[in-house]
Amino acid sequence: MNCSSKEEELYLPITYNLEIPSLFSEKLIAPVIPANNPLTQEGVALGKKLFFEKLLSGDNSQSCASCHNPQNAFSDSQQFSVGIDGKKGIRNAMPLFNLAWNFDELFNWDGSEFSLENQAFEPVRNPIEMHATWKNVAQKLQNHPEYPTLFKLAFGTSTIDSVLITKAIAQFERTLISGNSKFDRFLRGETSLTPEEESGFNVFMDEAKGDCFHCHGSNNNPLWTDNLFHNNGLDTNFTDLGLGAKTGDPKDNGKFKSPSIRNLAFTAPYMHDGRFATLEEVINHYSEGLRFSSTIDPLMKKVSQGGVQLTTKDKADLKAFLLTLSDFEFINNPNFKNP
Amino acid sequence: MKKIMSFCVGLFLLLGCEKKDCCTNLEPITVTLQFTHNWDGIPINSSDFTTFKFTTEHGEQISIEQLRYLVSRIKIGNFEKNYQLINVGENTGLELVIPQIPQGNQFLKFTFGFTDADNIDGIYPDLNSTSFNVPMMMGGGYHYMQFDGKYKDSNNQNANFNYHTIRAVNMSNPMNLILEDTSFEVEIGTFELSKNTTIEIKMNVAEWFKNPNLWDLNVLNSVLMPNFDAQKMMSENGRNVFSVGTISN
Ligand code: HEC
Ligand code: HEC
Repeated sequence: MNCSSKEEELYLPITYNLEIPSLFSEKLIAPVIPANNPLTQEGVALGKKLFFEKLLSGDNSQSCASCHNPQNAFSDSQQFSVGIDGKKGIRNAMPLFNLAWNFDELFNWDGSEFSLENQAFEPVRNPIEMHATWKNVAQKLQNHPEYPTLFKLAFGTSTIDSVLITKAIAQFERTLISGNSKFDRFLRGETSLTPEEESGFNVFMDEAKGDCFHCHGSNNNPLWTDNLFHNNGLDTNFTDLGLGAKTGDPKDNGKFKSPSIRNLAFTAPYMHDGRFATLEEVINHYSEGLRFSSTIDPLMKKVSQGGVQLTTKDKADLKAFLLTLSDFEFINNPNFKNP
Repeated sequence: MKKIMSFCVGLFLLLGCEKKDCCTNLEPITVTLQFTHNWDGIPINSSDFTTFKFTTEHGEQISIEQLRYLVSRIKIGNFEKNYQLINVGENTGLELVIPQIPQGNQFLKFTFGFTDADNIDGIYPDLNSTSFNVPMMMGGGYHYMQFDGKYKDSNNQNANFNYHTIRAVNMSNPMNLILEDTSFEVEIGTFELSKNTTIEIKMNVAEWFKNPNLWDLNVLNSVLMPNFDAQKMMSENGRNVFSVGTISN
């Protein structure tokens, strides 16, 4: 008895080394891994199993992956995801990748959750999502034939609770790295762009045209987002206050987190409310559909004319460029699929 | 060789001792640089953002939404820091604590932006991570300043401005960009330091619109990055924005 408990104390899970794309380590500061939740092989494996685990919902019908589908770069192809009771939310499920490089650790469209660990608490108890109680979920896993052992391997205890569940899920989420699109290979000198893609990149980078790079990254910021909150001119009046609802400050009304423009081929529909079904609609919005409101971002140009009026060719090129950021290896990675 | 080395070390020690004997207790001190911002004397803090509080010399009312800029080669005494990004809206980088400055008269200066020698595309991970880059098509490297907000246009309508300063670039021939270093050195002055000291460095934001180039936001409001002449004018106006403020112990 004594002996075995001693073994338990000595047991250490194996460190999991993130495979960081060379462009990320070259260009960016280190990813955020909290000291109290280091990545381990056992923790990541457990987190993956939990991410696909329907026992996490009230009626055992829904997992995180039900709304965050690997085939869609972990987003939902429906405009509004449906929870277990058939209820719909008001926001489009976000894609999940490169989350460890969200340096401010503010998650959700409005930044309402700090850290991945905290974020993971929310969907399980949200009545319009998985609608469960953490107590019941922990109990179901405790009674499961495999989970107690897996928790023991990952965290040294077979007593399951919400804190360890969310820690394991967060570990798995940090391994979801997308950094091998055509444009990444182009930057690494392994392939070339078509003339259309190249001129589309220039539209993206040109302050007089797209001027997208101020918010959506660049060849020097391969996250392709600033992870900050802006009003990109979608509405004159807001039905969803976004950041403003979180901070209570009217100056933040209508601001949402800039999404990464990686993997757009898989993440339609677009914007926080999934209002645009296609990239053409997105591009038309920036080109001529901007709407003024007091919190609109100063980077939105010629708002009184609806935008900078890109030419048909510029629009087509811009779309071609955006699609070079699709990472097929990411959506087909067996490590990220349902075990 | 070894002998020479030990001779040198001996000499050093001797000199070191001598110095200590003559000058009683000259402990190095800590200097804190504090970057503050004002509009012709009225303090600007993040809480003053996004309200039409200030009026430019030319007469446009403006509201500030983002103000972040880079100072580099910050030098005082034997100390030099490569660069610091100051973000007024996020209250970051406003202070620089420099320990171990020798007592005595010390000169303080820095560069606004990066000189060409330091303005190398993509090499600073912290600046990349916060998207401070300049596209290669405009010469690459980094912004010196991103100053964004709204102004009341001639019809009293809200309009956006992006007062972004970078190395000036003439893009008329994209295959052959003409670049001009528009960073500039700011000499704050000499300070007689005998104890820990805080030096306030003030930026009068109104000066960016004042002189020598009176700035009309109705004419020059956005897409200033690829505007060679605008960059030169912004650089000229920048020469007057910094001054020394309160010095406290
Ligand atoms: C019913 C659909 C649904 C389920 C189930 C669901 N999510 Fe989400 N998820 C969403 C929606 C919608 C958002 C955007 C929420 C918002 O902005 O308010 C989101 C946002 C997120 C984000 C924020 C990403 C970012 O970049 O800010 C993370 C992380 C996340 N979900 C993880 C999870 C995890 C882990 C689970 C399982 C425990 C889960 N989700 C279950 C719909 C769902
Ligand atoms: C001021 C910052 C800013 C600029 C500049 C900007 N965007 Fe955005 N972008 C955002 C924000 C914020 C959102 C999310 C808005 C929302 O959902 O309310 C967004 C959303 C998007 C989306 C939807 C992605 C998704 O997953 O839903 C695409 C695509 C996009 N932007 C492309 C572009 C392109 C192309 C340009 C240049 C023409 C551009 N953006 C310029 C901030 C910006």
